[in-house]
Amino acid sequence: MNQTSVTPLATYRNERPYPFCPGCGHGPILNHLNSALVSLGVDASEVVIVSDIGCSGLSDQYFATSAFHGLHGRSITYATGIKLARPDLKVVVIMGDGGTGIGGAHLLSAARRNVGITVIVMNNFNFGMTGGQHSVTTPTGALTSTTPGGNLERPLDICATVAANGAGYVFRGTNFDKDLAERIADGMRSECFALLDVWDLCTAYFVPRNKASRKTLSATLDQLGFESGVLRDEDVAEYAAAYRAACKPHAGKPTLAPRPLDVCCTSALDRRLRIVVAGSAGGKVRSASGFVARAAILSGLWSAQKDDYPITIMTGHSVAELVLDSEEIHYTAVSRPDALLILSDDGLGKARKFLARMGADDHVFVLPEFADVETAARICVIDPARAQTRLTKAGVALYALTYAVAQLGILPVGAFEASASHGNPAYREENLRTVREAYAAALA
Amino acid sequence: MRELTDGATAIVRGAVDAGCTFFAGYPITPASQILMAMMREMPKVGGVAIQAEDEIASIGMCIGATMSGARALTATSGPGVSLYSENIGMAIMGEVPLVIVDVQRMGPGTGAATTVAQGDVQFVRWGSGGGYPIIALCPSSVLECYSLTRRAFDLAERFRCPVFLLTDKELSQTACTVDVSAYAAPPVRARTPAPAGLDPYSYDPLDGVSPLAQYGAGHVVRFTGSTHDERAFITKDPATVERLNQHLVAKIENHSSEIQLVTADLQEGAQTLLISYGVTAGAMREAVTRMRGAESKVSALTLQSLWPVPEQAILTALEGVTRVVVAELNPGQVVREVERIARGVDVIGLQRIDGEMISPTDFEEVAR
Ligand SMILES: Cc1ncc(C[n+]2csc(CCOP(=O)(O)OP(=O)(O)O)c2C)c(N)n1
Ligand code: SF4
Ligand SMILES: [Mg+2]
Repeated sequence: MNQTSVTPLATYRNERPYPFCPGCGHGPILNHLNSALVSLGVDASEVVIVSDIGCSGLSDQYFATSAFHGLHGRSITYATGIKLARPDLKVVVIMGDGGTGIGGAHLLSAARRNVGITVIVMNNFNFGMTGGQHSVTTPTGALTSTTPGGNLERPLDICATVAANGAGYVFRGTNFDKDLAERIADGMRSECFALLDVWDLCTAYFVPRNKASRKTLSATLDQLGFESGVLRDEDVAEYAAAYRAACKPHAGKPTLAPRPLDVCCTSALDRRLRIVVAGSAGGKVRSASGFVARAAILSGLWSAQKDDYPITIMTGHSVAELVLDSEEIHYTAVSRPDALLILSDDGLGKARKFLARMGADDHVFVLPEFADVETAARICVIDPARAQTRLTKAGVALYALTYAVAQLGILPVGAFEASASHGNPAYREENLRTVREAYAAALA
Repeated sequence: MRELTDGATAIVRGAVDAGCTFFAGYPITPASQILMAMMREMPKVGGVAIQAEDEIASIGMCIGATMSGARALTATSGPGVSLYSENIGMAIMGEVPLVIVDVQRMGPGTGAATTVAQGDVQFVRWGSGGGYPIIALCPSSVLECYSLTRRAFDLAERFRCPVFLLTDKELSQTACTVDVSAYAAPPVRARTPAPAGLDPYSYDPLDGVSPLAQYGAGHVVRFTGSTHDERAFITKDPATVERLNQHLVAKIENHSSEIQLVTADLQEGAQTLLISYGVTAGAMREAVTRMRGAESKVSALTLQSLWPVPEQAILTALEGVTRVVVAELNPGQVVREVERIARGVDVIGLQRIDGEMISPTDFEEVAR
């Protein structure tokens, strides 16, 4: 923030009168917030008051600062976005106990991240705006419009929860506290996630039903064994700053760009060729198929690869549908393949629908254990055990697929070699050996 | 020169090239690729990417960041759009530019995470209370994943509203060969700085869009998701409320021709018009080639903008045909819009809800 441009105001309130019921605690809390802003002397445009929903959610409208009025329980998410994009801004969230409950996941996450916003919970133990229903902070036994026989739930200790989960500054008090303005200013001065749980009275609903008063607030604190005052004030790494520091080494690095492949070979393919590779998860079906898709492009063809696998990617089938063509491909699915590769039992299970559709002109390539598969297509058995170098489990898919493609005579060996050099450098040599050997074996 | 790539990569590239500086998302198949790539890309351009605690927070952070001057993107699938719902309405009401990618998967419910579908078309249009318009674009190729992402950012800025990019599991994840010289890069307008003192919601004329004022630019800026006056104070004054709501409709509906995006491949003398969008339009292109190769006449219309419905383009394409086939991977969603528009034409829905793609053969069979 440019200090010279700061224009402190004598008051950060605007001319609008508060809308709250007589005796409601929300107004006094806002007065304390105003005093805090005055003592900080911040630029009104650099302060964003993010209000939630409820009577508390009306709060932003009584300030001359920047403001954001969002959805019920979600104010912390907007505040997080505002802060992450502009860490120099002072972001203050005002929410009720209702918003705290429905937005509990956001509260926890903001505390864990320790994102540098200040959250003031106007905690009046019920939903004021909607008619005095119970909330996550309603004391056990309290009467509300939805707990006519007394609340059976235990109230949430907001402060203990956020303190235990990373918040840098935590305070509990009431709207009657003389030092509330100072504590709010402390929270705003802290670079950390600051939470102030400020207990107040809803004179329309909670007070008449529970004979609540300034006195009963402290009695309730004692009864529950909740601590009050400044409960935590520590310097914890703030998220927006930590994020920027972590990003620094990456700044200016080239962003994603097209990765064109230089055509270095030719292919005689003049029609669409569909190959289905049916294997198991972990069997490198997808990477072997990608290897061939790339080899096709390097040969001047168009290719597409559509994968099918269960959501639990390390178990079950893995099927790749490869389409190669001399023309652009607009439809990438395969219903009847020209060639089918069966690499595992899982693959066989998925391959049955294809097998049923294949005819005498089509090719089925199988590992030896699937040699007796029933099909009208021509069967060719590939035995990776005959390879001179021992193949890894991952190497089998690439070996078999290269073998099949070589037999079909659609791509030259040079395309495979070039594809290897475009692949992951860690596997380049191994892949090169595998494809050369498979190619030679297929033509032998 | 050609590359092997997929729609998700093209979307991420489109967003980065469009000047996106903020991403928040929550993992969901088949949209996680975009989240993961944005986590890698944003630090390079000085932007921010974050995995949020849920989808509500994802879109909430995006809206907050936009008000701080960022250009924001989020990406999810149908179940996540459900959680975006309330905030979509808020972005409409608060007039926040924002791009939302929906990589559709099979529903309803959890459905099938790795199965293609196009079932969210009506959902994104009507998925938030109130029924106010949004914009939705729908790429039908990897090339369009790139160009329409850029276009989405431009339209979001132009109309100050959420813009959906509707794609699907197959287009997003299937690796395709792309001619890299064919990537179109439509311009993305810069954000106009709002002059000091301008009301955050001034609209004169009613369908006009005023510049978006952002926090930290030297003057006080107010934002609200509630029914408001021009200064973003909550109001129930009927005249003010009506003007606001009419504005939210007019700023989009009055400009549908500016948003409309289709590819019309019309053949003189064709009796049948095929209409499709997204991944299904690819099969339609192949079907058209085959049918014309077999001497049968056929016209085709690919919709790249779904909301507002490109009615003018559809009416033009319908001229002279006696029947129209609307193909989609859902129980019938865009076909309802075509039925609403088409007069005196046989409207046939071609739908698949078995998790398989509509094939060129499927088109040929209904069009025969
Ligand atoms: C998603 C959603 N659900 C419910 C509501 C209705 N609603 C408005 S205010 C409110 C409770 C507010 O209670 P609290 O946060 O404690 O604020 P208070 O009115 O007590 O200040 C509720 C549930 C809403 N606005 N949005
Ligand atoms: S209903 Fe309760 S919280 Fe709302 S203004 Fe009245 S007293 Fe305050
Ligand atoms: Mg309350």
